[in-house]
Amino acid sequence: MTHMESFRDPATARRLIDAILRQVTGSLRVIEFCGGHTHAIMRYGLRDALAPQVTLLSGPGCPVCVTASADIDQAIALSQRPEITLATFGDMIRVPGTKTSLQGARAEGSDIRVVYSALDALQLARELPAREIVMLGIGFETTAPTIAAAIAQARAESLKNWSVYSMHKLTTPAMRAILDAGEVAVDAVLGPGHVAAITGWEAWSFLATEYGVSCAVAGFEPTDILQALLACAQDKAAGQPRVTNSYGRGVSAEGNLVAQGLMAQVFTTADAAWRGLGIIPDSGLAIAPEYAAFDARARYALPGLAEGPLDAEAALGCRCGEVLRGVVEPAGCPLFGTACTPAHPVGPCMVSAEGSCAAHYRYQGVVA
Amino acid sequence: MTDGVVLLAHGSGGILSQELIENMFVRHHANDVLSGMEDAALVSLDDQAEARVAITTDSFVVQPLFFPGGDIGKLSVCGTVNDLAMRGARPLYLTSAYIIEEGFSLTELERIVVSQAATARAAGVRIVAGDTKVVERGSGDGIFINTAGVGLVPEGVHVSAANARPGDVVLLSGAIGDHGLAIMTRREGLQFSSPLRSDCAPLNDLVATMLRACPEIHVLRDPTRGGVATALNEIAQRSGVGIEIDEAQVPVHVPVQAAAELLGLDPLYVANEGKLLAIVPESAAGAVLQAMQSHTYGVEAAAIGRVVSSSPGRVVLRTPLGTRRLVDMLSGEQLPRIC
Repeated sequence: MTHMESFRDPATARRLIDAILRQVTGSLRVIEFCGGHTHAIMRYGLRDALAPQVTLLSGPGCPVCVTASADIDQAIALSQRPEITLATFGDMIRVPGTKTSLQGARAEGSDIRVVYSALDALQLARELPAREIVMLGIGFETTAPTIAAAIAQARAESLKNWSVYSMHKLTTPAMRAILDAGEVAVDAVLGPGHVAAITGWEAWSFLATEYGVSCAVAGFEPTDILQALLACAQDKAAGQPRVTNSYGRGVSAEGNLVAQGLMAQVFTTADAAWRGLGIIPDSGLAIAPEYAAFDARARYALPGLAEGPLDAEAALGCRCGEVLRGVVEPAGCPLFGTACTPAHPVGPCMVSAEGSCAAHYRYQGVVA
Repeated sequence: MTDGVVLLAHGSGGILSQELIENMFVRHHANDVLSGMEDAALVSLDDQAEARVAITTDSFVVQPLFFPGGDIGKLSVCGTVNDLAMRGARPLYLTSAYIIEEGFSLTELERIVVSQAATARAAGVRIVAGDTKVVERGSGDGIFINTAGVGLVPEGVHVSAANARPGDVVLLSGAIGDHGLAIMTRREGLQFSSPLRSDCAPLNDLVATMLRACPEIHVLRDPTRGGVATALNEIAQRSGVGIEIDEAQVPVHVPVQAAAELLGLDPLYVANEGKLLAIVPESAAGAVLQAMQSHTYGVEAAAIGRVVSSSPGRVVLRTPLGTRRLVDMLSGEQLPRIC
């Protein structure tokens, strides 16, 4: 058994499932913040294995899904400028803006390149000195440090043709916004393992102290997730909400201090527009004034918050916003599986591989 | 969303490709042979005879042109030979057309042609006609190759994507994902300690070996673009049956699994160029599997599932945890995820 296989061991998984079901006398409602968890839960069939006692709700943790339509429109407008080559992570190119997507813009002539890291985008700037490269900065605390490192590198090299359109977002303000709205009642939160590797698990302790909700930070293999759910079940049985680190091999209490330092150096917190959640104060990362030369908003005189609708698809009947808040299940949206499929997505939750609609459609299909 | 233009995703081999083919090409060229949408068409050159002549064509637009385990020349022979073989045909003759961009290195061109010739010899087919066009710099991406092929189906062989029957066994000729990930990691300059190699290979001899073990093979399909998941979905839809596969039985090499996890891809959706899926009657499954495993290109062959009568048109996967989930078709480009 390889190291990885040990976290997928069927016998261990079965024991954990039984242990969870023994603990849960009534019901247990858990929201998973992270799209990676949604994906793993569906991929390994964990929802079915734990139903009906345990209800797993999907949260807003898919960076692509929470990108506002207005930001996509802004990115498309940038890509249509003749001097600009837009660099983006691949998952972004299908996300709908108000009228079209980056994929549509690319087919109509925009120079849009898919990159795997911000460093690839830097390389593009070195190779194409006559082009202005704009990197779409997207992601939570997981990807933001890599973009910060690239910005610092660009400054060290005095690169003149490279900037970032930052749409980076922070996870804990979104979690607070969802709980503050009071639309969804949960016993526990499955804490995002990769995010917590950067922020540290202590960053999530507010859930227990301020909201009375348990949080178990989890990895992404089936036994990681089940281990965390067992902690949630034990907390509920004991009537004691706690924050548990169930991802000890990746997460510490204080997190990755180097990454945190880089983020603090290059970014400053700012209000951010979330698809489905609206504008949340101090939930985004803008590029700090000292690095304005690498800030596409400053460079191209763009507004701090893109103007336009945040979730244009809502007008079509799409309920992505409610799906992102855990208020409705994907199947609760009238478009799910009919007007909205992975081949012809209406909303971003069906676009991204990490979106909960895509995960539900892909692994469960349309239950007639 | 973008009604007016062709998207890259239309060429990915998934649902959008299928829609474009059905709504554009099959619609306007409509005839009973084309509408079968098989890997190769079966026709008769004499109206009286049974349709035993297999014809197919394929274009190759791969980047990079040279990759570990192959190059565009080798690919251009394997792709067409394999499409013929997937009807049970013995491939005989190929045509080869090159579209070359102005400025392309003659040394590299020769490397490609030499590789193409060597692959054709190894596959036992002859390239008997060709065409060459040169386009202005900027009008092509180095080199595009189209090949077409003709083969003959032996008597008593009836292989079609529509022939899967409940009770049949699903066989896979080896580990999946090597080609797609070799290309992707090379294209993106990703380095792994054990380099990934394309599985690119002509499969006609493997198919001949399998047909000797069981001439009644029902379905053969090479899971190229869209991978095993898409090929199985096509078979399930065309045959009107359900297919159940057991994830634990699907062979995946460790470096491929690792690269796929790093990039957020599922090997079930990654392209292969030297693998085939076979659907065979249960009574013959053991003999066919043994025949496959005795062949160079089938050493790692495995039985991965079964054809069922429930949930027609669907592919269901049993996870190692014993839970079940759907395996859908690829719907657009396969894109790495963000975090």
